[in-house]
Amino acid sequence: MDKYSYEVENMNLWYGEHQALYEINMKIPKNKVTAIIGPSGCGKSTFLKGLNRMVEMVPGVKVAGKIKYNGEDILNPNYHPEELRTKVGMVFQHPNPFPKSIYENVAFGAKIQGIRNKSKLEGLVEKSLKRAAIWDEVKDRLNTSATGLSGGQQQRICIARAIANEPDVILMDEPTSALDPISTLRVEELIQQLKEHYTIIIVTHNMQQASRVSDKTAFFLNGELVEFDDTDRIFSNPGDKRTEDYISGRFG
Amino acid sequence: MSKAQNNEAVTHRLLKKNRSSAKRNERTGKIIVFTSAAIIIAATIAITLFLGYKGLKTFFVFDIDIWNFLTSTTWDGTSESGAFSFIFGSFAVTFLAALFAAPIGIGSAIFMTEIAKKWGQKVLQPVIEILVGIPSVVYGLIGVTVIVPLIRNHIGGLGFSLLAGMIVVGVMILPTITSISADAIKAIPIDIKDAAYGLGATRWQTIYKVIIPAALPSLMTAIVFGMARAFGEALAIQMVIGNVKGLPDSITDQAATLTSIITLDMPHTTYGSVHNSLLWSLGLILLVMSYVFIIIIRVVSSRRKI
Repeated sequence: MDKYSYEVENMNLWYGEHQALYEINMKIPKNKVTAIIGPSGCGKSTFLKGLNRMVEMVPGVKVAGKIKYNGEDILNPNYHPEELRTKVGMVFQHPNPFPKSIYENVAFGAKIQGIRNKSKLEGLVEKSLKRAAIWDEVKDRLNTSATGLSGGQQQRICIARAIANEPDVILMDEPTSALDPISTLRVEELIQQLKEHYTIIIVTHNMQQASRVSDKTAFFLNGELVEFDDTDRIFSNPGDKRTEDYISGRFG
Repeated sequence: MSKAQNNEAVTHRLLKKNRSSAKRNERTGKIIVFTSAAIIIAATIAITLFLGYKGLKTFFVFDIDIWNFLTSTTWDGTSESGAFSFIFGSFAVTFLAALFAAPIGIGSAIFMTEIAKKWGQKVLQPVIEILVGIPSVVYGLIGVTVIVPLIRNHIGGLGFSLLAGMIVVGVMILPTITSISADAIKAIPIDIKDAAYGLGATRWQTIYKVIIPAALPSLMTAIVFGMARAFGEALAIQMVIGNVKGLPDSITDQAATLTSIITLDMPHTTYGSVHNSLLWSLGLILLVMSYVFIIIIRVVSSRRKI
């Protein structure tokens, strides 16, 4: 198989008349953590949401170019976004568990795909919660509401919920920006464990976080991909002056 | 005194004057709002006490057995009278109307909030507002001239029936259910919709697996609000239900409700008679039920999860 989860070619994106992304070309490697950094409004979240076509929820959006996921162009009109999203999980900026029990949250994806077998669902929920490193904390209260957990726990439930779909990519949109430092640390540790099984693409505001968790880093500015390289190189010896300015805190 | 000093003195005096008038305004405002609140509370208490006094007279002055009053179906204005057929009629109309209006109301609410936002806001919203504004007598008239003959010709019976009441009252409570439901669905955070879409749910799956369950307590509240309105509706229902004093055998049979009997019988009773007092007792039941509806709404709303 390919060694890339995504191959993005000449991606342009408009919100109505406003162009938000310009000619993005990017190959995102499998089973690695790729961080996307850049100042607010640079298009990094838009790019991430383009990868599972969630960006289409915004009225008036137009996407051009090619986004190949495992070799298939997901912008092809015959490609069902629902199918894509079961293979490409997403974790959002604010923990967003459903107002349902922990069990129901994690089993949601499987249930909407028509899995009804109880023992199968139970096994899946347990496996997913274990992978999201939250099983020990919640195993005795799977039937209590997920909204009663702490923010950090909720976010790991959301990660477990995404994992339960058995995806091969997990997109994370600033997953720790609403969490306290200790919860943030636990999520970062979790990301390290998860990359064994999944390709992870994480948008972050926090450059330390990008340097801690990622293998590759992409720097976006004003809707353009300025630089995409190994994280070590981006943070020690960036090839572009603008990257260097951003990383050293000269703007943004 | 120099001009500058003079100016300063004037400013100072103006400020002082402003401050004292602000204080006075503050006090006036307070008095107005406190009085308004007090009047509302006093009116509610007064109505309750008055209806309680009038309604309970039946049992304590005319010595009518409460149990007999609540269970008997004879209604002849004597002390043997019972209100069961009207209590049944009111509840039947209320539940049937809710059964009719809840799916349509919640369905339109989903349509205007989730499916066609623009169209919903441009077309459906004004339609609902118009429905609210139509006086109850107009609903009654339409019921008598359209619904009643329709039932008579196509379903059977006289047309004046529980079924006609259900449809007329159902349409009347439709806007209540729709607008409260729409507000409830709008209040669902977009975050959890995103979560559902992000997991591969289709729009329908998101609606019935996430949005409806999350809004359920508020949707229940909407239905109970509608039922409260249906229970208290008098004019339109009186025009279409037939007002027959007895239990209906079927949905196409004629019936009567607490409200329709009060409006119908009240002009024919002498003040202070048993019959008159019995009608006050029916009124008391209506009041008690409106309290019950409010309690149900409170309990249901407090179970809201979001």
